[in-house]
Amino acid sequence: MMVATTAFYVFAAITIAAAFMVIAARNPVHSVLYLILAFFNAAALFVLIGAEFLAMILVIVYVGAVAVLFMFVVMMLDINFTELREGVLQYLPIGALVGVILVVEVLLVVGGIAVGPLSPDVAAAPAPMSSDVENTRALGQLLYTQYIYFFQIAGLILLVAMIGAIVLTLRQREGVRKQSIAAQNARTREDAVELVDIKPGSGI
Amino acid sequence: MLELWNDLLWPLLWQVILILALTVGVLLYVAYAVYADRKIWAAVQLRRGPNVVGPFGLFQLFADFGKNLIKEVIVPAGVNKGIFFIAPMLTFVLAVVGWAVIPVADGMVVADLNVGILYIFAISSMGVYGIIMAGWASNSKYPFLGGMRAAAQMVSYEVSIGLVIVTVLMCVGSLNLTEIVYAQAEGVWFFIPLFPMFVVYFISLLAETNRPPFDLPESESELVAGYQVEYSSTPYLLFMIGEYINIVLLCSLCTVLFFGGWLPPLDIAPLNWIPGLVWFVLKTSFFFFLVSMVKAMVPRYRYDQLMRLGWKVFLPLSLLWVAITGGVLIAFDLLPDPVAVSAATGAGL
Repeated sequence: MMVATTAFYVFAAITIAAAFMVIAARNPVHSVLYLILAFFNAAALFVLIGAEFLAMILVIVYVGAVAVLFMFVVMMLDINFTELREGVLQYLPIGALVGVILVVEVLLVVGGIAVGPLSPDVAAAPAPMSSDVENTRALGQLLYTQYIYFFQIAGLILLVAMIGAIVLTLRQREGVRKQSIAAQNARTREDAVELVDIKPGSGI
Repeated sequence: MLELWNDLLWPLLWQVILILALTVGVLLYVAYAVYADRKIWAAVQLRRGPNVVGPFGLFQLFADFGKNLIKEVIVPAGVNKGIFFIAPMLTFVLAVVGWAVIPVADGMVVADLNVGILYIFAISSMGVYGIIMAGWASNSKYPFLGGMRAAAQMVSYEVSIGLVIVTVLMCVGSLNLTEIVYAQAEGVWFFIPLFPMFVVYFISLLAETNRPPFDLPESESELVAGYQVEYSSTPYLLFMIGEYINIVLLCSLCTVLFFGGWLPPLDIAPLNWIPGLVWFVLKTSFFFFLVSMVKAMVPRYRYDQLMRLGWKVFLPLSLLWVAITGGVLIAFDLLPDPVAVSAATGAGL
């Protein structure tokens, strides 16, 4: 128990420190790297409470895909760092307001002040031990039976967003020569080469 | 005191011993994998390959290792020092920690995780950071281009590797690597029913580890050495060894997913006397042989061809195969046990 508690405080402290450095770092690339560190430690916290599936998905999706794209974009931007720092004080009140709202919301939910009518029952129901039911299987059963429509709708929204992004950026340009793999593969020897028997002293 | 030793210290020490044994084994294997790679490459090109240091050049790798260690670490002006040195360490460490969940023989695994396959997938998807960080921190054109290429390439091929893993998981019903091997002990090895997925996995393996013909992040004809240009001495060594450990890791994952891990090809007398570890190493070595033959024989892809292959060929193919596998499993009632069991006991948790 002592080991788990120590590990929790270590991971939590690193997460918070890294999250702070995301907004405090001068260089945006460093910010992204701290963000990755924060994700990674959050995944470690998931492992500590026995939610290993969520931990791995967090690493695969956020660290392995989303943050790579962040990094990709941030590295290629030509940012004037000093100009970027000037607006900090100006935007501080707005940021603080958003932070306060978030804290109040979390307190409302965690403190049990404002909860849905069913949630006391849910909270009171005994959670199956992680040794009894693997949380991968538990999540799958919930997601694909009880919440299948929400799952499908979420997938549909993502699909629409993806098609929307493609439609917005797709631009048909005239006169661009593209490689056509099918045309290349369909080409035969007969189309391309002709053997001509030329008699000496005469042209073709 | 004895209680503390029994409950806490001895398990910890035992884990450390296991980890050390595995790491040393992997590093030794990799040393000779590099040697084999060079020998095979040389043989295809009718050269001799390393043959001076030791008998048949067997100690060449240790000579190279020593040489790299005692060379000067050159730090070019203008590099971002912290990230410049974290990058090779990250590449190496991530390559080694992936091995924690690989069952090299029945029960011989450092961490028998429930989500072993996802762990490997997560670790290998983080491997791209070593390369991007190196490319960016070097503050130079060629490494940067190499890093950018690596980022796009590795993210693209992860998608098809992920879908290949999904097909295997549907046939197994578990994310645990040991159980994936057990599932193949009962039936056939998965490369027979899932042969197209095996081909997709093998080609994606080459792209994911930046091996020829997909070594565009370090293609020497255009980018000199890509993201490694500014590295020398030990940091370079970490990149090189890390890359080879990754290749061997994905080869061994191929063994586990498609070729029955430590199982003998036929469960009959002379074959099942040989320990599982030997079968595992043999199978992994076979895939490593294939990887180095590809390096020797296939010319490098162009970058747009690489992207086309990943997104327009492999992604639709593997998606289709996921659908077909799911359909066949349900139509012929072949779904693996755990689902059937939970369905019988009332699925609604």
